[in-house]
Amino acid sequence: MTSELLTTILQIIESKMERFDERPKIKKKVFNVLVECLQNLYHHIDEDIDDLDTDQNELNSLFMIAKTVSTYTITTGNYIKPNEVESLRGKLDLINGMSKEELKAYYKQVLNEGTMSEKGTAGLGMIDIARKSGKKLNYDFSPINDNLTFYGLSVKIEE
Amino acid sequence: MENLNLEGSAKTPTVNFNSADGTLELTGRSIPENSIEFYKPLNDWIDAYGANPKPSTIVDVKMEYFNTSSSKCILDLFKQLESLNNGETEVNVNWYYEEDDEDMAEAGEDYDAIISLPFKMIEVEEI
Repeated sequence: MTSELLTTILQIIESKMERFDERPKIKKKVFNVLVECLQNLYHHIDEDIDDLDTDQNELNSLFMIAKTVSTYTITTGNYIKPNEVESLRGKLDLINGMSKEELKAYYKQVLNEGTMSEKGTAGLGMIDIARKSGKKLNYDFSPINDNLTFYGLSVKIEE
Repeated sequence: MENLNLEGSAKTPTVNFNSADGTLELTGRSIPENSIEFYKPLNDWIDAYGANPKPSTIVDVKMEYFNTSSSKCILDLFKQLESLNNGETEVNVNWYYEEDDEDMAEAGEDYDAIISLPFKMIEVEEI
């Protein structure tokens, strides 16, 4: 996932939604969630899988977007290290256990008290995705081998 | 001092910071992968402006989209402006959002809750 590819995907989806004559409210939610999901892939791959002695295929990531009559589903997948699974699962479960009001308070807390990494990540991505979606985050971890686990995330935006 | 005028791009907002008028306007979308680099000149400009600000400083934020990387940088801009407000200038923030865009309205409320500057929420048909 490069910055250029990310820009291209965003342009394609945005122009498709224009053609569908999608309601501005939904268009914005989908676009926002898309940006955060793709930038998660961008930052993570940038990060540390590169260091591993892996097959080139394992640097790949997955991205899908589907639209039914009333629902957009955005799915991403990427490889992570097995030792990252528990903290990520904990974060996702924490977010999934929160009400709308709790998510808003948590977002404000991390926004105000958190620090920004050098890469420009603020630790707000998943909270923001959950707030904009208004649904539980659907995730799965599939162990591949001792060095890699596949992490799948699926987010729904309903009209 | 010089004004700061940046034209918007697919991932960065239009910036019009005017020291003679005391108006700071941020418009469009802010979705760079790493927003620190983009916002640094804005922080520097506000630092310089703070040395000799107008009695009234108006901040107009008219965002269509911004990502979480930018949300932290925008908070930092407000914190900088908040510290100016204790001195020689009165800072007012106008937060624009498009009608039906509850998420952008809520984002404004979030900043309003954290920052002590007066926020005016302004609903418009289109940004």
